[in-house]
Amino acid sequence: MLMSVGSLAAMGLALGSVLGVASRYLAVEENPIEAELQAMLPGSQCGQCGYVGCAQAAAALAKGEAPVTLCPPGGKATAEALAAKLGVKVDLSKVADTGPQIAEVTEEICIGCCRCMKVCPTDAIIGAAKQIHNVIREACTGCSSCVDVCPTEALGMMPIPVTLQHWTWPKPASAHA
Amino acid sequence: MSQSYGMTVAAPHTTTSNNPGRIMTLVMLALAPATFYGFWLYGWPAFFLWAITVASAMLGEAFCLRWQNRSAAPVLQDGSAILTGWLLAVSLPPWAPWWIGVFGGLFATMLGKQAFGGLGQNLFNPAMVARVALLISFPVQMTAWVAPLPMFSAGAPGMLDGLLIVLKGMPQSLDAVTSATTLGFGKTELSRGIDLLESLPHAPALSFIGNRPGSLGETAAWLILAGGVATMFLRIITWHIPLAMLAGIAIPAAILHAVDPARYLDMGAHLLSGGAMLGAFFIATDYVTSPNSPRGQLIFGFGCGALTYVIRTWAGYPEGVAFAVLLMNSLTPIIDTYFKPRIYGRDRKGKPLQTAN
Amino acid sequence: MGFLDRFLNKPSWGVHPDDHKRPGADVPLRVLPTPERVYMPLSQHVGGAARPIVLVGQKVLKGQLIAEAQGNISAPIHASVSGTVTAIGDVTAPHPSGLPFKAITIDSDGLDRWVANPLADPFSVAPEEVARRAALGGVVGLGGATFPSAVKFALGKRLKVSTLIVNGGECEPYLSSDDRIMRDFADQVVDGARLVMYAIGASEALVGIEDNKPEAIAAMRKAAEPYPEVKIRPVPARYPMGSDKQLIQTLTGKEVPSDARAAEVGVLVHNVSTCAAVHKAVRLGQPLVERIVTINGGAIANPGNVFVPLGTMIGEVLAFVGLKEAPSRLILGGPMMGTPLLHDRIPIVKGASGILAFNAAEAMVPEAGPCIRCGSCTKACPMGLLPLEMAARIKVGDLEGAEAYALQDCISCGCCAYVCPSHIPLVQYFSHAKGELTAAERTKLRTEATKRLAEAKAARIERENREKAEAAARRKAERDAAKAATAAPPVTTEKQGVSA
Repeated sequence: MLMSVGSLAAMGLALGSVLGVASRYLAVEENPIEAELQAMLPGSQCGQCGYVGCAQAAAALAKGEAPVTLCPPGGKATAEALAAKLGVKVDLSKVADTGPQIAEVTEEICIGCCRCMKVCPTDAIIGAAKQIHNVIREACTGCSSCVDVCPTEALGMMPIPVTLQHWTWPKPASAHA
Repeated sequence: MSQSYGMTVAAPHTTTSNNPGRIMTLVMLALAPATFYGFWLYGWPAFFLWAITVASAMLGEAFCLRWQNRSAAPVLQDGSAILTGWLLAVSLPPWAPWWIGVFGGLFATMLGKQAFGGLGQNLFNPAMVARVALLISFPVQMTAWVAPLPMFSAGAPGMLDGLLIVLKGMPQSLDAVTSATTLGFGKTELSRGIDLLESLPHAPALSFIGNRPGSLGETAAWLILAGGVATMFLRIITWHIPLAMLAGIAIPAAILHAVDPARYLDMGAHLLSGGAMLGAFFIATDYVTSPNSPRGQLIFGFGCGALTYVIRTWAGYPEGVAFAVLLMNSLTPIIDTYFKPRIYGRDRKGKPLQTAN
Repeated sequence: MGFLDRFLNKPSWGVHPDDHKRPGADVPLRVLPTPERVYMPLSQHVGGAARPIVLVGQKVLKGQLIAEAQGNISAPIHASVSGTVTAIGDVTAPHPSGLPFKAITIDSDGLDRWVANPLADPFSVAPEEVARRAALGGVVGLGGATFPSAVKFALGKRLKVSTLIVNGGECEPYLSSDDRIMRDFADQVVDGARLVMYAIGASEALVGIEDNKPEAIAAMRKAAEPYPEVKIRPVPARYPMGSDKQLIQTLTGKEVPSDARAAEVGVLVHNVSTCAAVHKAVRLGQPLVERIVTINGGAIANPGNVFVPLGTMIGEVLAFVGLKEAPSRLILGGPMMGTPLLHDRIPIVKGASGILAFNAAEAMVPEAGPCIRCGSCTKACPMGLLPLEMAARIKVGDLEGAEAYALQDCISCGCCAYVCPSHIPLVQYFSHAKGELTAAERTKLRTEATKRLAEAKAARIERENREKAEAAARRKAERDAAKAATAAPPVTTEKQGVSA
């Protein structure tokens, strides 16, 4: 009996140490997740998340220091994608999903002070001193930095209108999941 | 003129009048002649066993649905639970005790189908899953065959006696009825060293009509064949799986019988015995568990047939259809992945066709 | 069964729904009286919307150009009645969303005065001129695809297409406008086909007509008799035989590769009504301003074909034909691929081959059940796809998986959803998935553009800062040099205040 116990114990020890050595020297390289996370963020470096730019936010996410709901312009979609990538569960009920929005200038109130133009990260506002400003829709990312600095509250966020070209069929409702 | 026409509905705005209930009903009608012949051939016990099995299958499905807080009636109406129970019943020994039917029926629908997610989601044929479970768990009862004792002939049990046989088991007086099937007899004799040329004359005669020991509904080969061909003309199944499966049994049988008639049964015996016909037309052709493309179906059918032959000839069980079908079911996803139909404008590998310029 | 079909000379793909074409197809063509007001949409074709060149209050003649084509793939719009332009604004689009699009409203003066520019012998001018006149006439594909025809001619000529296929299939149930135009105006169709052949340089024309239209086949044979290069070819009646890929395969045996256009296999397909429109635009100088529309369905009192000016409100056409009851559903096109309309205040557009008004029985949508994996859908699919696999993946959100099953090859013909015994809305799954994938692509492009813009701004700021610093350094250097220059003569010791 001692022989059987001893031989099995020896085999266990030997195989266990083989596994241990393999886990160190044959370890799989972790994929650079930071770059993938950064690709999911809007990329406008607006700073609403509290980090300087999207790269820093991605680094914080990868380390697990930041919640996946950190990006207001990204909305629910970004939060879901980040959660899926990082493998975390997230409660999305609190995320205000206003849908994609862009800024709009109410021309009657604009005084042409140029403060919004300085803070826009993508130069989406055109205008000059004492000239009425306007937002180029295709360039606006909805970060809403401009809304905060406008002294006359001429800037507001509007939902992106659904056009004929962008409308899509909804998924059919399943009778029973 | 300013009326609104309701919510947006996607095209197409017309659809077929076909539905799963109609399909199942037609299959059951095609099975009915062979089943009624089985009732007549084996008497009242067979009828009660069939009824108990079908009822248990429906009960299992209803139970699972109610457990999920869904209403059972609409789902039962699609007839798939009834058909599963029916197919299981016709593959059972005709005088099996009632609890075989109950266990099999419940197993088939609850574990063979509902546990996977209901209609369309199961990987394995529910009736065959239940049959294999029964065969492995209760080998004695599942191989207790009886010789035919037609319903109104002398010595056959009446309706009440039939019910009692199912409920309480075979009485002593009818013990002489027990018999072996041709396949079982041949295999047992071979294992005792007696080759087929000597043993077959003593075996129960094979009969195209069906007058032989066997499962409840599998013996009348011609009725099953007729039912199967009917389902082909009704466009419920295509010819690919049945033909491939029968070929898969017949071709190896013919070759090996020509090589050594003493050890290998001939093609006709193989095709007529066991569940070969039923399996080819009604069991392997189950929509959910068979491949979708014609080439995939041919491979699937031939695999079922070849595996049946292999199991019958060299494996421990005399009958192999159920195991063969289950094994091929497990290969269906792989067959589906590698044998897709060719897409218009693409070659077999899926790359766009090359224009000749 | 597959092999039985071969003996019966029917393709194995597709479906054969109930026809419902007669008695509507046999009723003589009716002409709608000139409407009081028409709404001419600016976008009735694939490509850029046309740009209006008229002003509110301007008087126009029938056939006058009111909106110019914009861009390479576009078509002009012409007035379908004579009268006064009263507005350029929004009207509901014939689209399932019910969203609006721009249209020019013209109040008719009832006189229907034409402006026309006939060309006596089109075959004497250069082929490019024929194509140009077709373009100026606003001719687009009238089978429903509305692709600008002149662009297609140019493509055909460039790729040296040798065979013109004239599509007289009209495989959708209920519809018979092509049937009618072939029966009544076969000469126009044949002349148009010959003009198109001339424009693209083709040597033969194959006219494919489904065999459920014997009168049309006879009329076309008679009209094509003097022209041996125009060959009439009846084809089996099976939906979707009128789909260009399927028609090309049936008539010529060629298969269009999935990443190529039909022209690359030497054929070009044009609808019979389009050919007739080419004839009118080139030979008669009449731009495309009216068309034959089939009005059919269970709610219609007298179904049939109506000759309608474009821009007429659908409600007006329905009232003219007569309704038996309030329709339960309105469809633009046929039942297999038609667009559901939310109400009848929508104008007739160039691609409106038919309007269907369904009664309650026809509009009934059966409840969808679970997929039983019967494979009927894959047997019916004319493109050889696996709808059951694609739909299963789309249902759980695996859109990339569905794309791997060649989702983008799907022509949305509806055969799969038609035959499904569980009545699963398969085409809606595929339309949804295609829309989501396009939207994701758009989002990706937008994100990349955003990153570029942000980087550009950062670079601009950096450049400005750098220039400021350089300018400041230069000024400082100049001041220092000036100071040094004035400090050189030892007499003057003026201290110069240097501003920082």
